[in-house]
Amino acid sequence: MADQTKDHGVVETAEGTELPADALVVAENVHKSFGRLEVLKGIDLQVKRGEVMCVVGPSGSGKSTFLRCVNHLEKLTAGRLWVNGELMGYRQKRGRLYELRDTEIAAQRSDIGMVFQRFNLFPHLTVLGNIIEAPVQVKKVPRAEATERARELLERVGLPDKADAYPEQLSGGQQQRVAIARALAMEPSLMLFDEPTSALDPELVGEVLDVMRDLARGGMTMVVVTHEMGFAREVGDSLVFMDDGVVVESGTPADVLTNPQHERTQAFLSKVL
Amino acid sequence: MGGPGSKEPTPGRSAAPITAVPVRYPERWVAAGIILVLAAMFVHMLFTNPAFNWPFMFDNMFSDPVLRGVWVTLSATVLSMVIGVLLGVILAVMRLSGNPVLVTVSWLYTWFFRGVPRLVLAVLFGNIAILYSTIHIGLPFDNYWMPWLGLEGDARFFEIDARTLLTGYTAGLLALSLSEGAYMAEIIRAGLQSVDKGQTEAAQALGMSRSRIMRRITLPQAMRVVIPPTGNETIAMLKDTALLAYVPVTIELFYQLQAIGTRSYQIFPMLVAACLWYLAITSVLMVGQYFIERRFNRSGRGVRQSIVGGAH
Repeated sequence: MADQTKDHGVVETAEGTELPADALVVAENVHKSFGRLEVLKGIDLQVKRGEVMCVVGPSGSGKSTFLRCVNHLEKLTAGRLWVNGELMGYRQKRGRLYELRDTEIAAQRSDIGMVFQRFNLFPHLTVLGNIIEAPVQVKKVPRAEATERARELLERVGLPDKADAYPEQLSGGQQQRVAIARALAMEPSLMLFDEPTSALDPELVGEVLDVMRDLARGGMTMVVVTHEMGFAREVGDSLVFMDDGVVVESGTPADVLTNPQHERTQAFLSKVL
Repeated sequence: MGGPGSKEPTPGRSAAPITAVPVRYPERWVAAGIILVLAAMFVHMLFTNPAFNWPFMFDNMFSDPVLRGVWVTLSATVLSMVIGVLLGVILAVMRLSGNPVLVTVSWLYTWFFRGVPRLVLAVLFGNIAILYSTIHIGLPFDNYWMPWLGLEGDARFFEIDARTLLTGYTAGLLALSLSEGAYMAEIIRAGLQSVDKGQTEAAQALGMSRSRIMRRITLPQAMRVVIPPTGNETIAMLKDTALLAYVPVTIELFYQLQAIGTRSYQIFPMLVAACLWYLAITSVLMVGQYFIERRFNRSGRGVRQSIVGGAH
């Protein structure tokens, strides 16, 4: 939990680290290795409340891995990562780190929504079942209340008549919109998108981006790993270009996309734009 | 069809259907002829060989002890499968838990109970009272540490006579259940592993704990993979209840049929009666299995909707 503001612009976390008050996500020198392969080589990033940050870069650059580190689906090898002033996955006491229990990590994650490239809807549950599962099971919201809220969310993502359908009866675009509604049902303060449109047929990309654009307008803090440069330019507040496990360049989308400083950025953008 | 501005699609030209002389297969007729003759010989033997003694068989295969034996067979099948499935779930979850102690225990269990024949297990459990004539519930190794601490007496709270607890039926049922647990563990493990990893990740991202993910997300999806082989296991178990005759469980179907045969020197008719009974029950189970599998293999849970309909 974020403690009281010390002086303007800075908050002190439970373990005594001072973080910028307006930052929802703070990554400090984040490293991640899979065996000998170092995928993240020291990521420093801050996402402000209400900010939409788009992360772009070639495949294998570590952008998805970074996103998965944010909600602790991947354990960091080194560095620290805070969300909402909470150190993810650990408790720091007298200079020592203690791993959190499964249920404590689950509690941290329940405040962070995530949307996956392959949707990952639960195929044995209806659309409604998918959306109310976590609120009912984790947050203990009464079923009737959760159902009502789920119907509002379905309305919001443009699928009011699909509540009783099973995921396999929906198109990819519809499934992804349900996945977004499912994540929103937990009323998260942060939404992570891991290439949400990469598995979609081209004509279905727009409907998902529309929902995300709407969400951004509503003030949601979002980190979006994407290849949709048009979306990044139009909706993103900031753009981060990653390559080979490091942040090569970041800034406003307009700056990075039209006037890339680094030659790796230039090379990448010349291929995708 | 046909976008804006395009002409009417060209209609296909008509053509005469192909008429050709089909290939003949004379060897099929020869094979069918041979098999027909063999079948006729077999049926003729069924009716003429006196060893079958059909009237005796029909008189005895529905007698009270035999019907009670059928009931015992059915109850033993159901009970051992229920215990076996529960054990299997526990063992499979242990095996996949990542906890080295639980993984090893689960592996050792499966190794032992899959490695020893069921018949041997059944006889072994029938004689377990040799090992423990009484079963005590209390603190372990009390005969060592109580004197060492200078205490009198024992730390046993109550005891059961193993010869009453582990009667033939209980012992046999235990052998079959424990053995089944090992096979079901492998089946359920395969089922759990067949569930896409993305399912667990999505549930984790929603803030669900590991045990809740197992109960609500992974296990229900594993059922599709687990159900068909479990049907096979049930049918196999029904047949394996015949092994209870060697525990011995005297009220069991095969034991009863054999007993009638031995007493009346009509062994063969009663063996045929056993075949007919097991065939009859397994046939019923196979019909049940067919419907259960059809239900679980169904991919579309309703009318598959047009995929195109969802585009913006």
